Amino acid sequence: MSVLVYTENWDGRFKKLAFELVSYAGKLAQMLNTSITAISIGNVDNSELSKLGHYGAEKILTVKGDNFNILDNGLFTTVISQAAEKEKSEVIILSHNNTGKAIAPRLSAKLKSGIVSSVISVPVSLKPFTVIKKVYSGKAFSKVIVKTERKILTLAQNSYGLTEVDKQAGIEEFTPDMSKDLPGLKVINTKKQKGKIILTDAEIVVSGGRGMKSPDNWGPIEELAELLGAATACSRPVSDEGWRPHEEHTGQTGKIIAPNLYIAVGISGAIQHLAGISSSKNIVAINTDKEAPIFEVADYGIVGDAFKVLPELIKAIKEVKS
Amino acid sequence: MRILICLSNVPDTTTKVKFKDNNTVLDKTGIQWIINPWDELALTRALELKESPNSAVEKVTVITVGLQDAEATIRKALAIGADDAIRINAEPVDAYFVAMQIAEVVKIDMYDIILCGIESSDYNGSMVGGMLAEFLNIPSVSAVSALNIKGEDITLDREIDGGKEIISISSPFVAIVQKGISIEPRIASMRGIIMAKKKPLSIVQPIEAEAITENIEFELPEPKAACKMISPDNVKELIELLKNEAKVI
Repeated sequence: MSVLVYTENWDGRFKKLAFELVSYAGKLAQMLNTSITAISIGNVDNSELSKLGHYGAEKILTVKGDNFNILDNGLFTTVISQAAEKEKSEVIILSHNNTGKAIAPRLSAKLKSGIVSSVISVPVSLKPFTVIKKVYSGKAFSKVIVKTERKILTLAQNSYGLTEVDKQAGIEEFTPDMSKDLPGLKVINTKKQKGKIILTDAEIVVSGGRGMKSPDNWGPIEELAELLGAATACSRPVSDEGWRPHEEHTGQTGKIIAPNLYIAVGISGAIQHLAGISSSKNIVAINTDKEAPIFEVADYGIVGDAFKVLPELIKAIKEVKS
Repeated sequence: MRILICLSNVPDTTTKVKFKDNNTVLDKTGIQWIINPWDELALTRALELKESPNSAVEKVTVITVGLQDAEATIRKALAIGADDAIRINAEPVDAYFVAMQIAEVVKIDMYDIILCGIESSDYNGSMVGGMLAEFLNIPSVSAVSALNIKGEDITLDREIDGGKEIISISSPFVAIVQKGISIEPRIASMRGIIMAKKKPLSIVQPIEAEAITENIEFELPEPKAACKMISPDNVKELIELLKNEAKVI
């Protein structure tokens, strides 16, 4: 028996979210009185793999090979399902990020195992196995029972936190049977921005709305983001107008994020926008309209002109830093 | 080439959700039902491809799992421009059940491209597309923000952290699509609404299948504490609070 956790790597390195998943798996394994196995797919060296032990992984299966450099959902599903069989895993945990969302449902169908996505906490009951997930774009939560022996969960990002335990994990090479593989995909081009903080990973996000009036006014937003080590985001009208790239659109139909701090500048807070940001741990709103709905979800608010408040804010942060 | 779009019938995104019967079911009173926004974008893209010059796309079909009450939504898809529709006559109890029902229909009559929205705006599962591909044993690509067809060549843009990949793929496959696949959802014209009444909508009986998960109770989030207001003349106070109270900077 075991809890199996898929720890994704980016160019051979793990991000915080892998460690958060292992921490969550650790708590779950304790509740189920079982052990934790992590599975890593792709070329990751042993010193990086051993970091998973610091968060509680007891055994690490590593699957190496250049054919894993791109995400092929069918292929990754085959690998993880074989690892789950080998480890007799009762629960399989993935992140509710792009990769987890791509693989987890295939795993569910392949292993005929019930799945709950975007889970926000450890189970509230083990018999029956019951977890809580977000529904209606964060407007409500649902308690869901999984009825199958084996369960698959995707964990909402930044919903659990890190637990350091310092275990020595055993690393084992795992060679899956790939004989019944599907025709693959071919990546013909990759475009990646270098050196930018990725919105869905960011701990702090500074976001601008229509209140910024023009794409030429984004300077202070970018400066504030840089000072705070934050990613930049925007509301839907801003990306629809082409003021900012679509990748920055946060909201129901754009990115759903849950940073520790979300600073909304000139964003009124339409219900669709709130659906994308309401899981943020702290929300700061800066808006000229004191009736704006954003203040209903914000923890801290300033009613004022962004063009006056932002420079003051930048100045104040610089003072604190120096 | 034929394209199939899987549709979910969901409450309008501005709905204030309420529950009844001890918070076990959604209170449907006054809810406006719509095509799930991402499914609507997928449908729009399929129609654009079908209408492009020398298009290889001959037919665009929509499918949903739902009872009679889902019919208005599927008719809307026909009014927007889908050629025909299939409704599998069952309550969509969970994603596994839905994917299994659609897979049964598709196994008998395979499509070249199957499009699913990245999630439904009600259960936010992001599941049916991947499950369907696995049941059909065909490739799936998720987080797709563009679909292009040039002759025999099909390419997809897939979002990755901090960028995108352009993927070349052969049919059949499932693409799980998100924002960017088309810009604005197409709106049904008056002519479209009249035509939709004459378009074929077949009703298929479900196969025997069980849900393997069950929603037992809904909860609304705790009301938030009142927002702490800070004077625009004293932004230093905000920095103090973020540093010492919220401890986030």
